[in-house]
Order: sequence, then C-alpha cells, then structure tokens
Amino acid sequence: MQEVAQRETGALIEGKHTYESITHKIASVAMGYRHPIAWYIVTAIAAAGVFMLITAIAWLLLRGVGIWGINQPVGWGFAIINFVWWIGIGHAGTLISAILLLLRQQWRTSINRFAEAMTIFAVMCAGMFPLLHVGRPWVAYWLLPIPNWTGAWPQFRSPLIWDVFAVTTYFTVSLLFWFTGLIPDFATLRDRAKKRISQIIYGVLAMGWRNSAKHWHRYESAYLLLAGLSTPLVVSVHSIVSLDFAVSLLPGWHTTIFPPYFVAGAIYSGFAMVLTLVIPIRAWYKMQDVLTIKHLDWMAKIMLATGLIVFYGYIMEIFTALYSGHSMETFLVKNRFFGPYAPFFWALLVCNGLIPQVLWSPKVRQNVALLFVISLIVNVGMWLERFVIVVTSLHRDFLPSSWGMYYPTIWDVMLYAGTIGFFTFMMFLFVRFVPMISIFEMRDLLHQTDRHRQAPAGAPATPVATTEVSS
Amino acid sequence: MPQVFHQSSNTLARLSIVTGAALLVTSVLIGSNLSRSPYVTRAGAPVDQPVPFSHKHHVKELGIDCRYCHNTVEKSAVAGIPPTHTCMSCHSQVWTNSPLLEPIRQSYLNGTPVKWNKVYDLPDFVYFNHSIHVQKGVGCNTCHGPVHEMNITYKAQPLSMSWCLDCHRQPEKYIRPKEEVYNYEYKQPQNQMELGAKLVKEYGIQKGQLTDCWICHR
Amino acid sequence: MEKKNHQPLNLEEIRRRLAEARGRNYWRSLEEVADSEDFRQILEKEFPLQSSPLGAFLHRRQFLKLMGASLALAGLTSCRPLPQRKIVPQVQQPEEVIPGKPLYYASAFTLGGFARGILVESHEGRPTKIEGNARHPASPGSQGILPLTQPARIHPDGTPEHLGATDAFTQASILTLYDPDRSQSPVQQNRLASWQDFNTALAAAMAKQAAVRGAGLRILTETVTSPTLAALLEELLRKYPQARWYQYEPVNQDHSLEGTRIAFGEPLQPIYRFDRADVILSLDANFLHGDAASVRYAHDYSTRRRVRRDTHTMNRLYVVESTPTVTGSVADHRLPLRPSQVSAFALALAKAIGLPVSAPSLPEQAQRWVDVVARDLQAHRGRCVVAVGETQPPAVHALVHAINDALGNIGQTVVYTAPVQAKPVSQTEDIRRLAQEMASGAVEALVILGGNPAYNAPADLEFARLLKETTQRGAFTVHLSMYEDETSALCEWHVPESHYLETWGDARAYDGTVSIIQPLIEPLYPSRSSYEIVDAMLGRQRSGYDIVRAYWQGRQQSKQFDTAWRKWLHDGVVAGSALPVKPVKCRLQSVLEAVQKLPPAPEGLEMVILPDPNIWDGRFANNGWLQELPKPLSLLTWDNAVYISPATAQRLGLSMDTGGLANMVDTVEIRYRGAKVRAPIWIMPGQPDDCITVFLGYGRQRAGKVGTDLGYNAYALRYSDALWSASGVTLAKTGERYPLASTQQHHSMEGRDLVPEGTLQQFLRDPEHFVQKHSEHEQPSLYPEHEWEGHKWAMVIDTSLCIGCNACVVACQAENNIPIVGKEQVARGREMHWIRVDRYYEGGLDNPRTYHQPVPCMHCENAPCEPVCPVGATNHSHEGLNQMVYNRCVGTRYCSNNCPYKVRRFNFLKYNDPKEPVLQLLNNPDVTVRGRGVMEKCTYCVQRINAARIEAKKLGRRVQDGEVVTACQAACPTHAIVFGDMSDEHSLVALAKAQPHHYGLLEELNTRPRTTYLVKVRNPNPELEGD
Repeated sequence: MQEVAQRETGALIEGKHTYESITHKIASVAMGYRHPIAWYIVTAIAAAGVFMLITAIAWLLLRGVGIWGINQPVGWGFAIINFVWWIGIGHAGTLISAILLLLRQQWRTSINRFAEAMTIFAVMCAGMFPLLHVGRPWVAYWLLPIPNWTGAWPQFRSPLIWDVFAVTTYFTVSLLFWFTGLIPDFATLRDRAKKRISQIIYGVLAMGWRNSAKHWHRYESAYLLLAGLSTPLVVSVHSIVSLDFAVSLLPGWHTTIFPPYFVAGAIYSGFAMVLTLVIPIRAWYKMQDVLTIKHLDWMAKIMLATGLIVFYGYIMEIFTALYSGHSMETFLVKNRFFGPYAPFFWALLVCNGLIPQVLWSPKVRQNVALLFVISLIVNVGMWLERFVIVVTSLHRDFLPSSWGMYYPTIWDVMLYAGTIGFFTFMMFLFVRFVPMISIFEMRDLLHQTDRHRQAPAGAPATPVATTEVSS
Repeated sequence: MPQVFHQSSNTLARLSIVTGAALLVTSVLIGSNLSRSPYVTRAGAPVDQPVPFSHKHHVKELGIDCRYCHNTVEKSAVAGIPPTHTCMSCHSQVWTNSPLLEPIRQSYLNGTPVKWNKVYDLPDFVYFNHSIHVQKGVGCNTCHGPVHEMNITYKAQPLSMSWCLDCHRQPEKYIRPKEEVYNYEYKQPQNQMELGAKLVKEYGIQKGQLTDCWICHR
Repeated sequence: MEKKNHQPLNLEEIRRRLAEARGRNYWRSLEEVADSEDFRQILEKEFPLQSSPLGAFLHRRQFLKLMGASLALAGLTSCRPLPQRKIVPQVQQPEEVIPGKPLYYASAFTLGGFARGILVESHEGRPTKIEGNARHPASPGSQGILPLTQPARIHPDGTPEHLGATDAFTQASILTLYDPDRSQSPVQQNRLASWQDFNTALAAAMAKQAAVRGAGLRILTETVTSPTLAALLEELLRKYPQARWYQYEPVNQDHSLEGTRIAFGEPLQPIYRFDRADVILSLDANFLHGDAASVRYAHDYSTRRRVRRDTHTMNRLYVVESTPTVTGSVADHRLPLRPSQVSAFALALAKAIGLPVSAPSLPEQAQRWVDVVARDLQAHRGRCVVAVGETQPPAVHALVHAINDALGNIGQTVVYTAPVQAKPVSQTEDIRRLAQEMASGAVEALVILGGNPAYNAPADLEFARLLKETTQRGAFTVHLSMYEDETSALCEWHVPESHYLETWGDARAYDGTVSIIQPLIEPLYPSRSSYEIVDAMLGRQRSGYDIVRAYWQGRQQSKQFDTAWRKWLHDGVVAGSALPVKPVKCRLQSVLEAVQKLPPAPEGLEMVILPDPNIWDGRFANNGWLQELPKPLSLLTWDNAVYISPATAQRLGLSMDTGGLANMVDTVEIRYRGAKVRAPIWIMPGQPDDCITVFLGYGRQRAGKVGTDLGYNAYALRYSDALWSASGVTLAKTGERYPLASTQQHHSMEGRDLVPEGTLQQFLRDPEHFVQKHSEHEQPSLYPEHEWEGHKWAMVIDTSLCIGCNACVVACQAENNIPIVGKEQVARGREMHWIRVDRYYEGGLDNPRTYHQPVPCMHCENAPCEPVCPVGATNHSHEGLNQMVYNRCVGTRYCSNNCPYKVRRFNFLKYNDPKEPVLQLLNNPDVTVRGRGVMEKCTYCVQRINAARIEAKKLGRRVQDGEVVTACQAACPTHAIVFGDMSDEHSLVALAKAQPHHYGLLEELNTRPRTTYLVKVRNPNPELEGD
C-alpha cells in the first residue's frame, strides 16, 4: 500500500485514491449501503411506467394495432419511430466499449460499463416494437428461418429480415461483451459479500473467477476478440435499420445517404442518453472523482462531432431532393418545411442542429447542468427526426387522393412512455446491484496514471485484488 | 472465510453449459417434428363415423367405382359425399334391417341428413379442386391412400403444405395416365420419371403455375 | 310456413344448429328458432362489429368475453390437432345442384317500382352475388359495344349468359336480405304476435269492411308497376267498391307525368335514345345516376363516348344543373344555375329556337350559353336530346317536350310510351287525400304495403300524427315492411315483408318490359309479400308462386304456357312485353299557358331537395355497404350534408376544415316555413351560389342498428307543394362543428399528371402524340425479369367513360367479402374498398372540371410491395398477378407503405366478425374471409380467373377473351373497365393497350402496371371553351 498524492483536477481520477478506496467506492454501491432518496423515487416512478407498458401491450394484443393512430397511408407510426430511436441510443455503449477500447482510450474506463448496460436495455426496448407492431404477433416467428411444414421460408430480399438478424446479433454480442467485462468485478463483489445469498448469486455470476494470471490472460484475449466482434456492429446495425427506409421508393425514404447519417445520429443520441443518465447518478452517488468533468467534456465533444455529421445529412437530403428536380422529391421538401407537420421539422432542426452548437465553448462543455439540459434536448431532437422521416414521408406520397394525416392515440403514447419507464427501471436496478463502473479497470487506470506521473516502486503490472482470494 | 462453493460446482458449471446447449437444440427439434407428427396431422388415425362404413367392403369386395358415390369428382371442386338416397338405392334391397344401417334409414325417413365426420379436412383458406386433379392424372389413392383396404377410413397423408408442394413442384413424380386415375391397383412403373415427364407435357400441365400462391390460396 | 311453438333456446343451441346446418337445411333450422324471443335477443346481442357505425366500444363483459376468446385462440395456435368438423350431405340431391358449383337465376330488382334485370349467383341455395341480366333492357351488357367473343358465364342449362351492368343499389340489395335487423315476426302494438293472430285480425277487419262495401278501407302502396299486384288490387277494389288504393313514395314521377299531361293531354313515359344523340342538353336531369333507366342511359351515352384510334365523332354533353351530379361531372360543358334559373334557361332556350315564349333575363354567362347551345342543337335537329329532371316544375317538363318537338327529336331521340305505372296518378295528391281522410276519421282500416310514409311523407301533411291518431282511434292499421320502422311503430300491426329474393312477383322496367321476380331462397323469417297480403285480404291463402303464375296463365291462354313461363323465368324478361311507342302530338298552346303560370324568379336563398345518391329515400339506411360507399363527388360516407357553394359559404362565414382525420365542418340551422333543421355543411365546388342542396334519407329514428340516428332529416323541410325545390330559405350558423367522414381528403392533383386529358380535336389532329409518354423505352430493373407462363392478365380503364357512379365499388365489396368498418374508422382512413374512384378537381372553385379515376390494384410487373415483404406473403404469379396470401401475412404493413398507389387495405381491427351467423351466409365461399392484422387488396377476382382456367384446362384449351369478367367490370354501366389476357393480341384489353391514348399511372416509377388507363377525351364546343 503506497501513499498517493492528491491529484489535480482535469485528470481521469480525482481526489485521494488507492486501489482499496476505489474498490470500496464502487463496490459499496452495489453492496447496497445507504442509497440516496432519489434512487427510491426514480425507481418507483419507473416501476409505474413498467405497469403502464404491460397494460398497453395487453390491450394491444387483445384488440390489434387498430388501437394505434396508424392508418392508410401512414402504415408505420410510433412503433417504428420508437424502434429506431431506442436502437440508436444503444449505439453509444458499443462505441465506447468496443471502438474506444481498440483505440486504447483510457477515459472510456469509467463509463463503458454504464454505457453497455444502457445498450442492452435500450435494445430490449427497441426489440419490443417490431414484434408488437405486426398485425399478427403470434406468427411473428415466421420472420425467423425455421424449417417448417409449409415449406415456406422468409424472403431474404426484405430489409425487415436483415433487421431481425442485425438486432438479434447486436443484442447477443452486447450482452456477452458486457457480461465478460463483469466477471472479475462479480468476483470482487462475491468476495466482499457478507450475506450468504449474495455470495452465492455473485459467485455464480463470477463463474469461479480466481484472479489467476491464466484467467487474466484468457480474459484479456476474449475481451479483445469480443471488442473486435462488436466494432463492425456499431456501423452495421443502424445502417441496416436505415435500409428499412432507404430500400423503399418513397420520397423521403429512398435516400442513399441514410446509412452513414443514421449511424452518426445513433451515436449522437447514444451519447446524449449516457450524459442524461450519468450526470444525475454521478451526483447522487458522489462519483465526481471517477466520473470527472473531463469525461463529460469528451463526451460532449463527440456529441458535437456526430451532431455536425447529422446536420450535414439533413442538408444533403434537402440538397439532393431539390437537385434531383423530381417533382415528388421537391414536393416532399416543401411539405417538410411548410406542410402540416412543419413544426416538428423546425423543432428538429433547432434541437439537433442549432442548440448543440453551443458545445463549441469549453465553458458549456464543463457546465454540468447545461450539459444535462442539452443532452435532453438532443434526445428529443433525435426522436423528432425519426418522426419526421416516418410520418411526413408517408402521409403525402404519390397520389393526392390517398393523402392523409397521422395522429397518435393514447395507446401509442402509453407504449412509448412505458418503454422509457422500463428502461429507467432496469438502469436503476443495474446501478443498485452491479458495479456501475468497472472496478478492476479503474484500478488498472489508477495504476497507469500513477506510473505516468512518477514511476512508483513495486506497483504490480496487473492489479491485484486487495481482498483475500478464494481458490 | 469458508468456501462459497463446493469443489463439485466447477463440474456442475461445465455440465450446465453442455446440457443447456443440448436442451436448446432438442426443444427446437421436438417442436418442429411434433408439428408434422400424426398426432397433429391425424394421418393414419381412423375416424369414427355414425355408420361404420367400410370402403374395403364396397370398393374391393363389391367393386363399386369411386364415382358411383363421389359423383361430382369430375365436375366440381368437391368430390361429393353421397346423399342418403344413394345409400338407400342398394340398402332398400340388401341388409334392409341391419341395425348398423339404422341411422341411414332414419335419415331417409325423417329427411334429416347423416352427419359424417370429416376425414380430409383442409383449412378454409385452401381451395382444392378435385375435378382438375383427376383430369390431369392424379390418382385417387395418390392422396387418399389404399382406400380399398380401409375398413374404417383414415387420412392417408398429412395434407401439410410441403406435402402438397412436393407434387406441385414435381408433378412428374406422381401423375399417371388419365384412364388409370380410378384404378386403386395401379402401381407406379419403373420409368415413372420419364412417363411422368411425358404426361406433364401431354396434359399441358404448366409447372411454373403450380407453385403460384393463388393456385390454392385466394 | 306457419309458426311452431318452441321451448326457449340458448346461444350454444343455436350456434350448434347454425354450425351444422347446410343449404336448405339451414333455413329450416333458422326458421325454427326465428320465432323464439331469445333468438331475436341473440341476433341483437350478436350484432357484429363490422356493422356498428362507431367501431367497437367495449364494455366490461365484452372485454372479458374477448379475453376468453383470445385465450382460446392462443390455444388453437399451439401444437394441438384441429377440432373434428362435420360434413353433411343432402338426403335427396336436387339434380341441378352440383356441390361446389354456383347456379345463376334471373330475377329483377325494383327501385321506385321500376325493374332492373338481375342474375343472382347462388351457392348451395344461398344467394351471394347479384349481376346484371344482359337480356334486360335496364341492365344492358357490353355486347354490341364490346364484341365479347365468349360468354362470361354459363347458365345452368348450358346457354351462354352475358353479364349486364348494374347500379350500386342493385348490387347492395343482397345485403338487406341477410340484415340481422330485419323484422322476423308480426308485431301487434309492440308485442310479438303470430301470423295466425294477424290472419284472424285481418279477416275480421275485412269482414267489417265488407259490410260497408269497403267505405273505411284504404290501401297505401308504393309505385306499382307489377301487373299481377295491380290486378289483385283492381279485384279488391271491385269487391270493395268504396275502398281506395293510394300510391305514395317520396321519389316519384309526379312532375314528369304532369308535364306530359300538359304537353300531350295524357300521362306518358318519355324515353331518351342517347345512343342516337349527337348533342345532349340536360336541364337538372341526372340521367346517368339514380334514374329508373340510368344504367341503360349510361350505357347508351357511353356508346358515343368510346374513343379508339378509328373514332371520328363523339356526342357532346351540356349540363345545366342546380347541384353537382354524376352527369354534370362528365359533361363537356357544365353550367351551375339555381333551380329557378334553370327554368328561366329553358324558357330562354325555347325562345332562342323560335318558340313564342317570353324569356326572363339571365346572367350574362348563361345568356351566352343559351345562344351557343341553341345553335348547336339546331345544327343537330333530330339528332339531339334535351332532357329535363324531376326537380323542375311540370310546366318546364312540358316546355322541354315542346322544345324537343320543335327540334324534331320526338320519334327520333325521344320517344313516348304509355306510363309504366299500373295507375299513373299524382302520388302527392294521393297521400294528401289519404291524410285528409285520416284527419276526417273516415279511415277504419289502413293497409300500408311497403314504404315508410310516417317518415317520408311531406311535412305539411303531418302524416305521422294522423296515423298515430287513426291507430289510437281503434282503426285497423297494418304496415307490411322488412323493418320495424317509423311507420310500423305507429300502426296497430307490423308484419314482416319478404325480401325480393325470397318471394315471387313481377315488375316492369322503364320501357314496360316485364320481368318475373323469382325467389332464390325460402324466406329467412316467416314473412309475406304484398301480393300474398292482398290475396289474403281477398280471403285467399295462395302462395306467391300461385298468385303470379295464375295471373300470367290467365293472360296467356295457350298450350305452350309452361314453355313460355319457363323461358320467361330463364331469360328474366317476358318477351315482347315492352310498351309500344306512342305517336304523340304536342299541344303548344297548353304548354305556353302552363309556362305563363311559372312563378317569377324568387329572391334570396333557394333550396334543392334530392334523394341521397346512396341511401335514396331512406330505404337503404340500414345497408352498411351503401352507408360506407363514398357518395359521388363529395365522397362522404355515413352522413348527409348540406351542399353550399364556396362563395355563399364565405358570405355566410361558414367553413370546413379538411386537414384532420375527419372533416370538421360548421353546422347550420336551416329555417323554412317554420321548420328548423340543424345540419352539417359541405362546401361543394360547382354548387350554384345562393342555392343549397339537402339530401333525403337520413335522420331515421327506427332504421336499425346501422342506420338509426345518422345525419339529419330533410323531410322536415319538404312540403307537398315544394317537393324538390323551395325558395325563401334562411341559414343560421350554429357555431357547432361536426365531423364528417370522407374517403378523400385532398382534391387537387397538385399539378401532377395523373389524369391526363384532351379534346377530340387534339386527338384527331395527332393521335400518336396525344399523350406524352414518360419513357419511350422500357427502363431497366435491378431485379431479375419475371418468367411468364400462360396468360398475361391485364386491365384497362377508360377515364373518358367513367362517370364515378361507384357501382364497381359495391360490386367488388359483394364479390370479395369486403367488410365495412364504420364512420369512425373511415375517418381514420381505414376504409377497406379494394377499388376506389378517385375524384380530382381542376380549375376555379366555382365550377371546376371534375375527373374520375377508378384505382384498383395495378398488379405492377415490378411491384414495389413484393421485395419488402419479410415473409413473401405478397409475390408474383406466372400470369402476372400480384398475389396477396392472407394466411401467410404477418401484418408489417411495409407493402402498403411502399405501394405508390396506396391500393392495399389492412385489417387494423377485427372487421370481419365470424360470430355473426346471418351475415356469414352472404360470404362468397370462393374468397377467404380475412381476419385481424392481415393485409388485403384487389385480386383481379382471381377466384373467377381460377374457375375459368380450371374449366378451360379440363377442355384442354386456353381461357378465351371475355370468359373472365371481374366484378367491377361486369357492374360498370359504361363498360369503362376492360379485363383480359394482353398476350393475346386480339383480346379487348390488348386492343385497348394498343390505343394511342393509353397510359400507365405513375409509370415513370417503372412499376410497369398491368392496370392502365385511356386518357380522358372531351368534346367541348370551341365557342364555349374557357367556361
């Protein structure tokens, strides 16, 4: 145990910290000593949301999708909008954990666990919608290539089938990646656990981790492999989701720019959501010295970058539409700017395009409260973007005779709000029972930062669990 | 601090992984096989009838032609279940007081139809047409099996869509000369494939169309 | 059949019976239960979602029921054997019946007493579909115009059967047969009674009348053209000399009969020969829609509008009208004028062609019209028609006869026959006289055969009150009708009337041709026809069959009567029964006198009163198909509105918002002679200023579960001296808004070239470049080319011929088991019609040019819907059909999103409720009934294609042109729709596609549609261009 000097601000770890103190700081949350009152309030509200979700789903299955606002010509409504929105949110997690890992970005350490959890729950929410929005959910399994007695197979030309594969793969890999990363920490928790029951639970999850060098060796390579595996997913998943639209011939959907600009948008909204969640929790659990301003600052920078890409996407969309000279395309642009849904379009430009520009200023990036507000605005903006894409393109297409309007019903709203409730509920359970920051990686980080500052004597290359090792 | 787990748990852990994987695979297999099993399709299961009518007796032993009772098989989509009148055309003479035939006589007297149990029952969204099949050389027993051997009639085939498609994709595997359609003794020749191919051409069967959805579903 | 007594039945019991019953047995079992009270209740409780106007609001119990149902459903989907089903053969097989094969019988449908010939398709004894009978003058087929090489149908006896055209009413009339709301038992003062009870009561009443030679006996019928019924009534009147027989129905011919009386001294039936006319002028005459001869007239008119490469001439149609109608919408020139101005126009025209009348002053534009039209008419003496509508006063009718006489048209393009009515009287006079007698208490026994006078008699007669008092006074009042309606409620007795498909009868067509009405089915419920009631009044108990047959046997004393009779039934017409053309002499003097008496043009707001284009006088109020059928031009459903011109609406500060789901419109209070009616407005382009139009048939109080309390009751504004138009009306804005469900929210083409059009001159000048093609050469496609095999089915729709009458829409609905969804769902944009008639406006709001474009599935060769379906539920057949497989559909709706024509329809909710026992019988057994969550769309009537293909293959030949006729094609009165195999270059469809003015909708998208169009060709008068 060597003494550690006070670190200056702006570092990745602030304040006095030893391996022990870090372990204790993070693990204690999961070991459930004294939770801030906020945790109980938010969890309660979220639980209510879960009940709402269940109600909305039950009624939906009973009566059919007719309880929603969809119609001819607007065959897709909230369901698809929310699907794309949630999938997008998930992306930040994968980016942070996989790509930043490969890029050896140290600052990812304190947020990756958190972001990955977010990914998994977001994909869960997203996954619900495609299932529920079909007319006959009880035969939705026909989208899977299962050998069956009709001798009929799914049609692989349809982007919806690609979706099925993209999303399921995405979920599986994310889950594996997350769990693998958790194993050593589960071991830590197991060893710190006092109650028998939690010892067993964490023990099972730890899968017999004993901190042996062999374990560490295998772990590192496995983790790296998974990182490599999920890296393409960051790009592929939302590209494929975007093809659901791009493949069609509908003005406003039939656009080649969709894949890149959907991916950018996904990461954009993903980081926004990470900030939305991290900022309060960081405060409630006094994590300021491991989730430092620097982290927030860097995330804000990424938001700014991706936000600019998205904004560029908007401009290109409008440009190509006008440039094409195709009457339907030009009409679409006109309709977006001045049609019945124009307010949504303008709001989207403000939320996603204008407001994030303030992130150019470091002052804003380091102003936590402001950052929180902006992250919320971007979340809203990204939802609006999907609304504009889905609804305004559909509601006025080729034949004016079949033009119509789309108004969501209470059931649309309940289902959407329900998933938000579910998401929050899961996130807060996660915070409560699982180390929200990777303990061992933090210790690793601590070690490295220390070594960078002044080469200390006899600091082990790989961190050693400070509690007694069960073997 | 004591061990949380006993030594054996390592083995258990490994075991659980293996069994879990195995369970997953088997359940899928069971599911997909069950759906084709006779238990679901009822293929081969004799169906009770109000009158224990024996095709074996009437067809093989008495040599009555299929079309005597199923008289619309060449005209219409449905082969036709004989009206009570048809039964009575013989049974007003023979077995006139057999207790087994009581329901038939009652039906004839009261004008209330006999309610037979359906043996070959297709879903309502499937439109099968007997007349065109017999016209194009699909034999009765290709689908209905050895009716002439059945004391109590049972479904000889699963009637699953893949079963239908088997013939609709390769009719030459099954079709026979028109004049042999009602011959329940007919055996497929060795050269079925080229005979079939020849007949397909001769009868102007358009193979492509046979797999169009709207041939059967509307 | 007489009533049997029954122990109460429970739901399961009836379910079981219904489930087991087949064909005729069905009726027996249903009749058995029909009398029992709980069956009535069950029918009410069971009333299906698909006919409830406001979608489904669930009560707790229903919720639980549904819950149970869905759980059961979940059970079914799991791996368990399906339940054992029964198969029930006949005891004695009727030899003409081949199970699985439909039969077709000729009969006739009457509206306003006039017959339209029909062929009824019957599956194992239940009628499922109505087609026109091409042998019948009022429902002509396409032969003659389109050389059908092959019959469309083979009659049971093997003779070829061409299908005739029909109107929407005829198509939808079959739904009424199975309407669960039909009354099922006699009712005495709101208590269920038996037929015996009624027979005794009737006998007693008649005996009482016999004593006074029928002095207190009054019989009220609707218009009677039936020779048999007329004869029966004559007989009755002979037996009861003091009795009176009155006729009344709200949409009658009083004006035109009176007009001929003035012009020729006797009531006559004018018949127009539009096929011989080069120039047609319509004065408020909507002869293409709703008239007794409309289908025939549309057919004749279309023979001169069909433009092909070798066409050189077309007829020219001028329409002067006070309400935008189907006829006006297809006119080459249309002039909106108030009713009084239309009369003035007639006078001015008469003056212009040299009749000695004094013409009042007209608006400048109208005056120019008069000159131009007069010139055009005189240039075509003997080859033109001036037609006048019922809404114009008798004097104008007379004047128009004189004009036609002056133009030498009489005997050429206009002919006259003796009236088709058995007793041509002024029905308004009749009902007024009856009302007076009821008021004076002279009426002791009143037998109302059909009709609904308590609802639809002129307001000033207060018929309902008088009827109520008469009944209370203890008079014997009977109402025979299919529903327990407003009139039934006020009578002592209500007795259920048989539907025309359940009973024997006869009727005359517009030209007098007689058809024998033969039943397709035993009455579903114990009911009688008016024939049988009158026969019973004569103290006899003959069946309808005996009555009709006896009458005709009496007329035809010949050995061959049986042969003749069978032929009549088979053909659906009594050969040579058309009334002979009468030579007429126009009495100009009396015409001029009558014209003198025309009132001067009134000041202020005028009101036109018209029957609703779908619900007619209210008799179809409970017919869901007609309620949900978009009304021509306004495309409104489930409501009637007050038409008002844009300028007038602006002046009165009235507006409607078509932005949202439903159209939120202002409501107004119409005040006329003390009557006040609150009604929603509809701002109608082309409506003359200062003139509103109200529609009859709505505001029913006892129509049934579908039709009760819809819309407003315009009869309250209808007075016996102002049946069709009135002046001195005032409108007051109420400030309330009302939602109206229209199937089209957007009415302009947004400058898109969707319905290209041109003039005949342009066409003749350069047919080849008449329509500018989007792509001369075929565009490439990324997907591999389809491999074709067999036929190449295709459809061509001639937009010059479509008049937007919507007959095709109902025909399709009837053929393909298409459910109705109710007003609220229509407002959401979820109507299910597989074919829709788009209506676009072009030009100024005040008198825009109107375009009709029927849009079924295009069956694109590069169908955008196909590659996006994840389960391949929609894909392409080798014959080029875009197949939709319901039982494979998962319901992602991606196909619909990607369909540029938006022709796909989705079952958002459970629109087809299989629990409804009676309506199930209506279903076409050859078409799958779609469940919840499934996509559907036009199939080119694949069931008909398959039937024809199978028959052809059995004969070892190809399907020949004309053998497959789609439902929409068969119904179309102008034969605007042509369907067939485009790979056979002699087929009609191939010929149509070879026309220079042939184009594909949105073909620039490279969808290669199989359904294509012919450009709309107009024949305007250069002198009037710009009007």
